[in-house]
Order: sequence, then C-alpha cells, then structure tokens
Amino acid sequence: METDKTINTDATSESSQELQTRDMMLNVGPAHPAMHGIVRIVIDLNGEQIEHTDVEIGYLHRGFEKMSEQVDYNGVIPYTDRLNYVSPLINNMGYCMAVEKLVGISVPARCHYIRVILSEISRIGDHLTCVGATAMELGAFTVFLYMIKAREYLWELVEKVTGARMTVSYCRVGGLKADLPADFSEPCAEVFKEVRKVIAESDKLLTRNRIFVDRMDGTGIITAEEAISYGITGPFLRATGEEYDVRKDCPYAVYDQLPFDVPVGTRGDNMDRYLVRMEEMEQSMQIVEAALRDIPGGAVLVNSETGREIPAAEMVDLAKMGEIESISGGCAVAGPTLEGSSGPHHLSIASDEKRVSLPAKEDAYGNIEGLMRQFKLVMMGHGLRPPEGEVYFPVEGANGELGFYIVSDAAGQAYRVRVRPPCFAIMSALPLLLQGDMIADIIPTFGSVNMIGGELDR
Amino acid sequence: MSKALIQTVTDQFPDAVIASHAYRGDQTVVLQRDGLVDVASYLKQQPDLQMNLLVDVTAVDYSVFGKQPATAFFASSGVQVRPTSGIPDGDPWPGPPAEARFAVVYHFYSTVHKHRLRLVIPIEESDTELDSLTPLWSAADWLEREVWDMYGIRFRGHPNLKRILMYEEFKGHPLRKDYPVNKRQPLIGPIN
Amino acid sequence: MQSNPSFLTTRLDKAIGWAQKYSIFQYPFVTACCGMEYMATACSHYDVDRFGAGLPRFSPRQADVLFVVGTISHKMAPVLTRIHDQMADPKWVVAFGVCTCTGGFYDNYATVMGIDTLLPVDVYIPGCPPRPEMVLDGLMKLQDKIQDHRANGRRAEPEARPEVFEV
Repeated sequence: METDKTINTDATSESSQELQTRDMMLNVGPAHPAMHGIVRIVIDLNGEQIEHTDVEIGYLHRGFEKMSEQVDYNGVIPYTDRLNYVSPLINNMGYCMAVEKLVGISVPARCHYIRVILSEISRIGDHLTCVGATAMELGAFTVFLYMIKAREYLWELVEKVTGARMTVSYCRVGGLKADLPADFSEPCAEVFKEVRKVIAESDKLLTRNRIFVDRMDGTGIITAEEAISYGITGPFLRATGEEYDVRKDCPYAVYDQLPFDVPVGTRGDNMDRYLVRMEEMEQSMQIVEAALRDIPGGAVLVNSETGREIPAAEMVDLAKMGEIESISGGCAVAGPTLEGSSGPHHLSIASDEKRVSLPAKEDAYGNIEGLMRQFKLVMMGHGLRPPEGEVYFPVEGANGELGFYIVSDAAGQAYRVRVRPPCFAIMSALPLLLQGDMIADIIPTFGSVNMIGGELDR
Repeated sequence: MSKALIQTVTDQFPDAVIASHAYRGDQTVVLQRDGLVDVASYLKQQPDLQMNLLVDVTAVDYSVFGKQPATAFFASSGVQVRPTSGIPDGDPWPGPPAEARFAVVYHFYSTVHKHRLRLVIPIEESDTELDSLTPLWSAADWLEREVWDMYGIRFRGHPNLKRILMYEEFKGHPLRKDYPVNKRQPLIGPIN
Repeated sequence: MQSNPSFLTTRLDKAIGWAQKYSIFQYPFVTACCGMEYMATACSHYDVDRFGAGLPRFSPRQADVLFVVGTISHKMAPVLTRIHDQMADPKWVVAFGVCTCTGGFYDNYATVMGIDTLLPVDVYIPGCPPRPEMVLDGLMKLQDKIQDHRANGRRAEPEARPEVFEV
C-alpha cells in the first residue's frame, strides 16, 4: 500500500523542492530467529512507525484435522500432543474429555486430580517458555537460561510420571496411561522450590528494569472490547481487564474444588501480559499443591489377602499355564514403562466402562476377557465406537480457550475433529496490536502473543 | 438440561429455525442460511443473551456420514458404545442436519451470562455461499478464511477471502471428504 | 580429493578440520515441536556451547551448519531451499527430528516426507522429539564429518555399518 506524501523543504527556501516519500514495505519473513515458529509479517513503514501489517500464517500446516479422521480415537492423542507443544498435557486432556463427554462416561476422581496436576505443570512450562523467550529477544539472555533451567526441572518431573519429556500422550479416552508414582509429592515440592526461586530472580531482574519497562510498557495495547471482538481469550484477554477463565466460568475436572485466583490486568499492554503470566505461574503451583493434598488415595488392592506382588514375566507364564487362582488379586511388578498401570492402580485412574478404557495389564495378560477387551479396543479397525453425535468441550489452554469439537458417526475413527486454537484469534488481532507502534515494538508484542506454530496452523 | 437459549431463538425467529437439540448439554439450533445474520446480530445485541464472543466457525462435510469403509477384516465388530442406563443420554442426537452436504457450525459464548450456543447452517453442494459475520465480530475474518481454504465455502461480504493455511497455488479444498489424504501438490519437486 | 597429498597438506587439512568442527555456527531453522528440544539442548542442562556450537547465527550468510528442526510443509519448502542456497560453502545440513528425516507420522497433503528430497543431508537425528543426548550424539557425528571433510571430499560416504554390534 503506497501513499505519496510530499514534504516542503523549508531549509532550502529558494527552490520549493518537494520531497516525495513513500511507505516502505518490509518483510519479516517466515524464517526468522528461532523461538517463535514460522510466520510472515509484511509491514508498511513510515520511517520507524508501522502503518499497516499483513500477517501470513500456514507455514506449519500439518493436517491435524485430516489425520485425525484416519486413525482411531486413541490414536489422535499423539497428534494432539503436537498442537500446543509447550503444554502438551492440556491438549491431551481437552481431547480426552471431549471424547468422554461424547461417549457420556465419567472418570474416577483421582484421574481428574492427576489430569489437573499435570495440566498445571504444563501451563507453568508454557509461561516459562513464553516469558523467557520474550526476555531473550529483548536482550535479557540470562532470564531465558534461568527459565529454561526451571523448565528442565519440570520436564524431569513430567518424565517421572509419563515417561516422556515433551510429547507425552499421557491421557487416554476413559482415563490415563498410568498412575502417579508413589513418591511424587517430594520431588514435586523440591522442583517447585526451584521454580519459585527462578521466578523470584527473574522478577528482580525484569519487572523494575528500566530497559524492560521502557520496551514493554505502553506497547501493543488492545482494549477489552476489541479483544473480545477478535475472539481472544486467556492471559491475553485477562490482561485487558476482562475476567474470563474457562477454569472458573465453565469449570471442568475438579477445578471448582480447588482454590485459586485469576490474575487480571488493567491496561492491556505487553507489561500487563508479562505480569499476568508471572502471577499465573504462582497460581498454578498453588493449584498443584492443593490438588496433591486433596487427591484421593491411589492403589487399591483388589484382594488384600492374596494381594502380593508378582513379577510380570512370572505372572504371564502362570497365566499361560492356566493357574489363574494364584495370580488373581496380585499386583504385577513390571518394568518402568508399565509402572502405575497395574491392577490396583487401575480402578482409580480409568473409567470402569469396559467398552472404552483399556484393561489392567494383569487382566490383559492373565485372563481371556481382559485379552479380548484389549484386542477390541486397540486393534486397527475395531476400537472404541462412540454413539453418533457432536460435542464441543473447552478447556483453559495456556493461551486461552482451547476447544475440541468432535462429530462422530459411530465408526472407529472420528468423523470430524476440530481444534479451536486460542492463538489463532490473537494472531488475527496482530495488525491491530502493531498499528502505530515502531518496528522495535514488534518484538515484545509478538513475544507476548505466545504464538505456537503447531496450534496456530495445526 | 436447560434449553432456554433455544427457546428464545425459536420464539424470535420461528421460520428461520429448522431444528434444535441439546445433545450432551450443548444447545444447538439448525438454521436456514438466510436467517444467519439476523439471528447472529440478535444474539449479540439482545441484553439477556449478549453473545459477545464468537468462539469458532467451522464446517463439516457430511457426504460420507455413516458410509465410511471400515479398515479391518471384521468390519462391523467394533465396541459399539450404545447408551445404556449407566450412560446418560438426555436429548438424542437427531443426525446430520438436513440432507445438505456441508454444514457450517458457529459457536458463541457470552462472557457476561456465561452461556454457550451452537448454530448449524446446512449448505448444499451446488450453492456454497453464505453471508459473512465480519461486520459483527472481527474474529470471523480469519475463521471464515480458514473455512474457505479447507472446504470451499464462500462468504459474501468478506473483506479478504483468500487462502490462509495452504498456499495460493494449491488446487482443491483439503478437508473435503473427497480429497485424498496423501495427494500432494508440491511447489518444488523432489530432487531424487 | 587431494591429488598429491603430502605430510604438510594432510596436517593442514586436519588442523582446519579441527578448527571448523569446534566452531560451528549453526542456523537453527526451527519450525515446530523439535524447537523445544533444540532450546533445551542449547541451554544450561545439556549445554551445546561446550562443543563450540553455542552461537546460533540467524543469517544464512554467516552460518555453516543448517539445523532443520521440525516439520517442513510444502508451503515452507521453497523458503528452506532458498536459505540453503544462500549459505556459503562449506556447509552441512542436519535433519533434526523424524519429521525432517522421513516425514514423521504426518503423511498427508501438506508435509514434505523428508528434507532429503530437497537438500543433501549430512546427519539424520531421528526422534519425536529427539532427546538432547541424541542431539549431542548427532552433533559429534557431524563433528567427525567436519574433521575429515577436506581430506575426504565434500560428501563422504555414509558411515560403515559395524560388523559386530558393540554396546
């Protein structure tokens, strides 16, 4: 878009020369410094000031929605991991709860508590990455290193529970993969002590830092009405003053029983978003601590008399010999990959609806009913078949309302899975956010958008 | 479960509403395509509805609903979870809306009254055009571009209807059921 | 290939190779989830700076190793090849993550099934995402390749399969 402007040069007053000026078009292209994924912003500049912006996305479109029509319901879970890949458990949880709503089952309370605990840990990781990356782009490389260190501790914690650092695929339709390890509270408390130390240090380094405040304060302003009109939710919306949090307004899992506050900003600029995220991390840690206090008991021994621990290999051999009585009620001790998914844990982490959730490993290996149940749910072409219907289920993602809209035609695969990505709405408002600011303000604004390519382009 | 929203909309626009249901508690209204803008502005402006957040705009292609070829040898032997007494059914799902191929689905939310509504507009294959909601909600801008990109449904009055997730040279609309999953249209071909 | 390798030129090649392998300036072409593991590898816990590869150069003109991190879609492919063309010789390409090696599980209309259909790749690091230890192992294999590149020629043969698999 070119606008010709003429300037009368009064300095050389003899000849009334008129200088023509035009806006310069600058392409902040798809391949730009790592941390924010790939997006193309074409800006029209008048000197340093941005007149008009055009945002082009889609460089990471990986066809999530098409792929989820090809695989069965549990097979979509690894794809959901890679949507918002800094907080994968929240995506897993949202999808599983949407399918559970469609099928109409409920899961045990302990399962809800574990899902809440891990979602909040993922949320802390997401906010650490966002604030750290924003700080790094503004020059505070130390804060980035500190926050990634804290995130590594959290990932080690997640690895203890799920087996993977980042792309966890921990939730299943109708429950979870495995229970929490027996000694989860102590490492969790230690990790939170470290994370709180890191947040306090970063706070001291950034919040009253002259340079940081000058760059973040008053840039990227958006009002609450504009934000709602663009469909923005999450910390971005809460920084403008509107208090909408899916965990409070449409509570799911056990959020209505856990005490926490929702930080709300006032001005809607980058500084408020940074402060809202920092406070949300503290609130998430409080949620996890409250959940660990209130969580109902774990392993329930089915038969307390014969409830002895049997090594899993021995149990399989006994089952093959047909000696079922000696293993019934026992608790299999398997290797680390199956830890937490054995019989006594199973009642508390998976729904008891046999047509939806996988059986305990002792049953899968030990008796024919369990084997049939495992076969029917896992093998390609069989699998879970919800009734026909459509549901929409929103959860509070790290960026806002993450909703799953699922349409089912009673087949083994979903008919349509739609993800409502929270940062899609925020990115569509980026031209408005950048209007009138200078080029240097793109960096903190774009950092506080927390654009995650996997979620934006799916 | 409450169907108050459905009642309000049906009372106000009796000839635009084709059907309605509240399957699993999600209140849904199936509308005719001409009534969309009127109903949407009513939803936004009416003080006791005040649906100020357009959550999502998407589409579904119902052309192979219930007719998908099964992938296993024992084709019909899945674990059909039919609602039993243990699983609450409530309002049963009436099936795909109308006989049209596509359905454009809108989700609305009110941050004031905290209620949700879903609008479903059936669209035939021969006439895939609909009015755009961009004057009412700015969120509709990119969301409708994505529906155009993935399904090929045009929105009248949209300021900038071009592809958003795929590149301009791409031919076809990928999320339609007749677009094969593996069909690639590379911009630069493989070198080996 | 040296036509007449003498003692001094082979020593010189080794010295230059040694200098180049311990001062890698990588261009991290980060697109997707693998970027998180790339960040983890680059930061304090699994420090990549101790290998001399700690300074990413965000301009292809100044970089010598192109780390392609994360899925490449067909929309992004021309950008990737342009970046690769802009880099000056000698340059190496590392395919980080299974989406760049073979396409991963995104076998659909939008993704490139492996960047070796577009660029010549030197080291493949599979994993979804690869653990940082795997990344460091791949980096060390790349360093071996860089060490010998002047003696062997630009693209050496793939590493030989061991006859007896030693753990």
